[in-house]
Amino acid sequence: MTNALSPADAAVISRAPARRDIGIKRRYAAERRFRAYGIAALAFGIIFLFLLLSTVVRNGYTAFQQTAIALPVEFTEKLIDPDNKRATDPSVLIAANYTAVARDAIVKALGVDAQNKADVRAANAMLSKSAPIQLRDMVVADPSLIGKTVTVSFLADAQIDSANKGQVDLTVPESNRKVSDRQIGWMQQLSASGAMAKQFNTGLFTSGNSSRPEAAGLGVALVGSLYLMLIVLVLALPIGVAASIYLEEFAPKNRLTDLIEVNINNLAAVPSIVYGLLGLAVFINFAGLPRSAPLVGGLVLTLMTLPTIIIATRAALRAVPPSIRAAALGLGASKMQMVFHHVLPLAMPGILTGTIIGLAHALGETAPLLLIGMVAFVADIPGSPMEPSTALPVQIYMWANEAERAFVERTSGAIIVLLLFLIVMNLGAILLRRRFERRW
Amino acid sequence: MNMLSEVAVEKVLEKPMNIIPLKMVGKDVSVYYGDKRALYDVNLDVRENTVTALIGPSGCGKSTFLRSLNRMNDTIEGCKVTGRIALDGDDIYDASIDVVELRARVGMVFQKPNPFPKSIYENIAYGPKIHGLARSKADFDQIVEASLQRAGLWNEVKDRLHEGGTGLSGGQQQRLCIARAIAVSPEVILMDEPCSALDPIATAKVEELIHELRANYTIVIVTHSMQQAARVSQRTAMFHLGHLVEENDTDKMFTNPDDQRTQDYIMGRFG
Repeated sequence: MTNALSPADAAVISRAPARRDIGIKRRYAAERRFRAYGIAALAFGIIFLFLLLSTVVRNGYTAFQQTAIALPVEFTEKLIDPDNKRATDPSVLIAANYTAVARDAIVKALGVDAQNKADVRAANAMLSKSAPIQLRDMVVADPSLIGKTVTVSFLADAQIDSANKGQVDLTVPESNRKVSDRQIGWMQQLSASGAMAKQFNTGLFTSGNSSRPEAAGLGVALVGSLYLMLIVLVLALPIGVAASIYLEEFAPKNRLTDLIEVNINNLAAVPSIVYGLLGLAVFINFAGLPRSAPLVGGLVLTLMTLPTIIIATRAALRAVPPSIRAAALGLGASKMQMVFHHVLPLAMPGILTGTIIGLAHALGETAPLLLIGMVAFVADIPGSPMEPSTALPVQIYMWANEAERAFVERTSGAIIVLLLFLIVMNLGAILLRRRFERRW
Repeated sequence: MNMLSEVAVEKVLEKPMNIIPLKMVGKDVSVYYGDKRALYDVNLDVRENTVTALIGPSGCGKSTFLRSLNRMNDTIEGCKVTGRIALDGDDIYDASIDVVELRARVGMVFQKPNPFPKSIYENIAYGPKIHGLARSKADFDQIVEASLQRAGLWNEVKDRLHEGGTGLSGGQQQRLCIARAIAVSPEVILMDEPCSALDPIATAKVEELIHELRANYTIVIVTHSMQQAARVSQRTAMFHLGHLVEENDTDKMFTNPDDQRTQDYIMGRFG
């Protein structure tokens, strides 16, 4: 501005009408406030998610490692089969005193005086109580081991495992902790010789449940959850989609269908434990299906998931533009052809999203499974959906109730596995959706 | 082929209206949407190889009448049609007539272009496929090319037949929809304001196309544009408040209508 306004010019300008106050500042301030609320809400959510995940991972990552002790074991004939009867009576191999075999191995490896009862007991406590069973299984599988010396990798006892992972506070007086100074010394001795080492905990994925934390695994729960998901997918997806298509495209709109719609929406909000009661009454008491079986669990979860799938599918079907329907009908397509050639493919991404949400919900469901007996202690991996099993969330629930320190990390470890299971399912859903997605 | 159609059009044009055979006959047609009556005893005939335009203000029942000609009204909940509509003498609402077959004979083009979200080729081939009109790949190729040729779209899309039909411009999409409709070889094509979503240039192309299609098909077109009705049709029917006000040769309708309301509507006094 090089020219200053002369008073005459100023007079001309001032004749313009006064600017109205239309609240521009106020409106922008409101928008800024709203954005700030949004960011605050997001940040809040992210912080809590981070806290949750970091707690779980911090507590749980150690569950994926397990301390093992490799010892040379003498399969002494005198201890296992003193009367040499195994050729005629194989059951002696099962009943033999493997506890002594394992004890001798650790006592010898540590150089403990065999006459010192307390020391022998402390040394023996270093090994998991599953060690004799492990030896028994080896000998039963291969009786020629008797008389030989073989190096066997044993699981360390849960307390030793915790100490080895640095979870035991050694400043606490010896009488107040479960690992004695003597045992700590032996641990250092074994670590130095390379006999004791941490290794990847494959047992966590392959073993069934056990009251000894070091031997407890998620194998049964994983297989059980897999059966549940398969049953829910195979039953709920076709039934749900078929019901939705009928209700949305074919059923007349009248009182009855309105009533059905209201009820489906209400069913989605029924507490899941009620479905458990229903399953108990109908599938177990009335139909006589076995208790604790994934088949019954799958049926119950199917009932629970159906409303979710139906609601999502109907929404997806309704979102298909009516012009596509008109185009198909106008060409002389029958209603069935219209639905299956045009409407359903366009609704597919929405249907899949709803199905995966329903499945994920079912995967994390605990309450109905408790009522139909899937909360049992199951050590053997089920070979079919009719055999007793547990599920991942139930296993987490059961381990969370255990008192021993070593179950804490396993509980968190199981949660990590459950979350991974969910992530894999969601990835699958995203990939499927990509495949089906079409623009219009 | 273009030459032939020109000749055919000329031949039809030569004939006076009253000796052209009737393709569709509507007698005392009334349509109800629930309790609401949308059409009152309409008597309207559609002549073969003729473009019949239905005009009238919004909500006058012209689209309703059009949609009752291929029973698209069946898809509307609570819609009831009384009276008699015949195609080549057969009542289309008779129990012996299958609605799927009817719609294969009486095709439809909608107000908004609605190609399927599939390739151009699949859009055209869909109708012949569901009606079993073609078996081999060569048959389909031939139908697709012929339909696109007739719709005047072939030269524009022949290099991208397998790209999405929704990627075309609005006018091209509408011509694709017309090509899709003629791919099943219908006898009658119903058009519900086919140019209302198009710009003037695309509209001109579609109008030219309608003019050419007349040689082979009977066309009924609903339009809001009086000029369009005058340009493309030989017969015009004027609807008002659910009643058929007047049906006449287009020339007469726009120069010397029999009914005062038609005169007023055409002059722009209402509507």
